[in-house]
Amino acid sequence: MPENDFDVVVVGAGPAGSCAAIEAARSGLRTLLLERGPFPGSKNMYGGVVYPRILDDLIPEWWNEAPLQRWVTRRSTMVLTDTQALTVDFRNEAWAAPPYNGATAHRPEFDRWLADHAVAAGATLLCDTTVTGLLRGEARRSGRVVTGVRTDRPDGDVTASVVIACDGVNSFIAKEAGLYGTPNPKDFTLGVKETLALPRQVIDQRFGVRDLEGVDIEIIGCTGGINGGGFVYTNLESIAVGVVLKLTSLAAQTTRPEEIIARMKRHAAIAPLVEGGELVEYSAHLIPEAGLRMMPEMTGNGLLIAGDAAALCLAAGIWLEGVNFAMGSGRYAGQTAVEAIAAGDVSQRGLRGYASRLSDTFVLRDHRKLRRAPELVLGDRVQHLYPSMITGMAERMFRVDNPSPKPGLRRIFREERKRAGVSRRALLRDSRDAFRSFG
Amino acid sequence: MIERDSTWPETSFSDRMSTVDFKVDDKPHIVVDGKVCADCTTRACIVACPADLFVPTSAGGIVFNYEQCFECGTCYLVCNHEGAISWSYPEGGYGVIFRTT
Repeated sequence: MPENDFDVVVVGAGPAGSCAAIEAARSGLRTLLLERGPFPGSKNMYGGVVYPRILDDLIPEWWNEAPLQRWVTRRSTMVLTDTQALTVDFRNEAWAAPPYNGATAHRPEFDRWLADHAVAAGATLLCDTTVTGLLRGEARRSGRVVTGVRTDRPDGDVTASVVIACDGVNSFIAKEAGLYGTPNPKDFTLGVKETLALPRQVIDQRFGVRDLEGVDIEIIGCTGGINGGGFVYTNLESIAVGVVLKLTSLAAQTTRPEEIIARMKRHAAIAPLVEGGELVEYSAHLIPEAGLRMMPEMTGNGLLIAGDAAALCLAAGIWLEGVNFAMGSGRYAGQTAVEAIAAGDVSQRGLRGYASRLSDTFVLRDHRKLRRAPELVLGDRVQHLYPSMITGMAERMFRVDNPSPKPGLRRIFREERKRAGVSRRALLRDSRDAFRSFG
Repeated sequence: MIERDSTWPETSFSDRMSTVDFKVDDKPHIVVDGKVCADCTTRACIVACPADLFVPTSAGGIVFNYEQCFECGTCYLVCNHEGAISWSYPEGGYGVIFRTT
């Protein structure tokens, strides 16, 4: 049997792919990292915050070299109705010093930097190359086995012992390999955002930060009748403002995504933050939002799936993460490929270390724990009833209605719950689900 | 300080899309079969496509422009007409090129 062109082919040089390639190349495997864009990150868009803790042992002191915008030291959660806003705001100075926590970053810069590490480790990075299909063969013991990829380059077939598919939310590879069922639009959200340029001092003053400190604002109740949420993140000299919209909910009404952003920007609580910002880039991307329920089979014969391609996005309301899950799963895929190739068995059985690595770490433990969260957070009550109930309670608490005496909190709660149309039973059920998920 | 601008944040859609970089290929990566669309009553693509690339025609069909596509996948996921949208990624190096995302 002729030798393969590479030991490992990684499809997609996003955070999952680059981490997989770093692991494989550092272990001495001949590693090819394919990217369909002109450079890594050129096709990638997200809300705006990365949590690179998982890089600590892979790229020690990554914080000294990664191209980041601002360290997130303030996290705000806003609950909006048309005319009200209730904000929970947390500030932590320690997050502006090593070892840090989260940071805003532009993906075309961050992903490129991470891919450079794969190249430094010895991987071959080939951009401008779209994978158009899988190469498959028959193995005596395991049946159909992935033996490489077909690309759109002339003579573009590449053979490898293991293919690691990090080809993003639409993963055509996972689908072609039969690991993914027919995608259901209700499992996806559309993220749409504007990058708005503002002078650095204006951002510092408006958001109450200085130096490299930054703010992460998550918003609920800002998307009209559409189930979803909004966000405002501070970059160094721009802010990222956008919304995340449940696809089935977006498709069932008539307001377009950019108008939903515009409406959120006109809200009294948002307008003063974003006003005057010059639109420097508009962008959109899909998010696999349903967590555990939508995840594909992640291992095939000669094939591993990681990152968004494996639906590894955590969209659980107070936690909105994806890049860290991509980097984690990419690393574990790379390590598993190394192990399987050394053992001479790249069948699904030989690659079973991937499932146990995912299962034993945050990658799947967080998802298992929070498996009820996506449905709860994007559910109709959290979306359309609770914001009004919560802000209504705040209004009643803070309103001075003399000569009437202040109502008691229990009475406010009962009345506002009824006014918002929330039944006691539903509230109990949701509280139980929330405790099970977040507790 | 930034002056308050009463017209802000209104931006025309073409100005909005002109902020995005594209390297446009000669051949489309997405093909829409307008004949299938003529019978469609939901037309979710028209409202959902973030780049507003699906345009209804006076004849009752839908015209699709691939040039300013974000390659997001929204259209094929919201489309409920089998075979209306043939979706693939552009050839290597072509399509959208993000900068500050």
